[in-house]
Amino acid sequence: MDGIHDLGGRHGLGAIDPERDEPVFHSAWERSVLVMFPALAMAGAFNLDQFRSGMEQIPPVSYLSSTYYEHWLHSMIHHGTKAGIFDPDDLEQRARHYLEHPEDTAPKASKPDMVEALRTLVATGDDYRRQTGAAPMFAIGDPVRVRPEASTTHTRRAGYVRGRVGEIVGAHGGYVYPDSNALGAGEDPHHLYTVRFTAQELWGDESGSANSVVHIDLWEPYLTAV
Amino acid sequence: MSLTHDDTHPATTDERIAARVKAMEAILVEKGLIGTDAIDYMSSVYENQVGPQLGAQVTARAWTDPDFKIRLLADATGACREMGVGGLQGEEMLVKENTEDVHNIVVCTLCSCYPWPVLGLPPNWYKYPAYRARAVRDPRGVMAEFGFEPPDTVEIRVWDSSAELRYWVLPRRPAGTDDFTEEQLAALVTRDSLIGVTAALSPAAV
Repeated sequence: MDGIHDLGGRHGLGAIDPERDEPVFHSAWERSVLVMFPALAMAGAFNLDQFRSGMEQIPPVSYLSSTYYEHWLHSMIHHGTKAGIFDPDDLEQRARHYLEHPEDTAPKASKPDMVEALRTLVATGDDYRRQTGAAPMFAIGDPVRVRPEASTTHTRRAGYVRGRVGEIVGAHGGYVYPDSNALGAGEDPHHLYTVRFTAQELWGDESGSANSVVHIDLWEPYLTAV
Repeated sequence: MSLTHDDTHPATTDERIAARVKAMEAILVEKGLIGTDAIDYMSSVYENQVGPQLGAQVTARAWTDPDFKIRLLADATGACREMGVGGLQGEEMLVKENTEDVHNIVVCTLCSCYPWPVLGLPPNWYKYPAYRARAVRDPRGVMAEFGFEPPDTVEIRVWDSSAELRYWVLPRRPAGTDDFTEEQLAALVTRDSLIGVTAALSPAAV
């Protein structure tokens, strides 16, 4: 989807402004939101690509002005509601209660099996590599052009490389294809490549990108031979 | 998505979000989909155990053990695993080495992909629009804001983490550290140097 999340190369967003001695969490609620990600994924509310796609539905003004974990919340509520886990009226009513009674905490429960599952998840993570059953179309050194078409659904074909010519510098084998997985249409694995673009090709002569190159990982259906 | 505005209770955004998260947490607890102990466990991992100090330890090892460095650059996931480092959001890590002629910098323009096992959870600036927009187009301007200005003769290599590969940077070993122990070296390796927006600290800076 050609949304505001596709930020690479946009002007006018200001200084980086890093926070000194930044804490890992800025509010207690961020701890809960972090763990709701695996909890809702384990409950079948979304896969990783659906989760990212959910964040891309946030209206642009909100996207730019809200925090990272608010983006997570948006996607969790969107998918959790679709999955029947959250009822919007119930959620609203409970949220109002906690807003009026900030001293109240959410009910507590112990779930040792989930602690164990998270221990494994933290230590080993997930695996998105898949066999594609097809030989790769491209090899290291090949010039490729990124397909220029607009996109109406989730994709990792970033706007700033569309239509541009780069060179394959890494060939990684088959991976889950986000464009399909985000639609719930299956993993449809495709070969993944790292493609290198010169700054000249992407931006022309800009002093901020002098003598630089950009690498981005792109799936085979994003690319055409040059 | 925000709570209905209520003029009699001018709550801050943070209070509204906190209330909403409690509501979600309550529903998930009641449905048996989350445990309070699970929240405490996982959040404490990234608050107390998994953070940039792990990336710093791996880097110090690479600076002192040439064979390890070769393994790290060839297979970062495997080399980190030797040191007990790896896992979620770093299932496949690739390390890019800075040299006299090349400086690397990592970004995720589309969301906020970041190598959690070696750096922990990302800082806000890494996730916010300005960095994601500018790192690919104005890497020299971005680095200058962090006080780091490599000469024009150094090639800047930007890595946009758009898939499930996780990139991080092996900074150059600072001068004047020949007799440093691994532990002393690790103290020179900052989060920002592993992202690539700066170099490692010089011994004089610590």
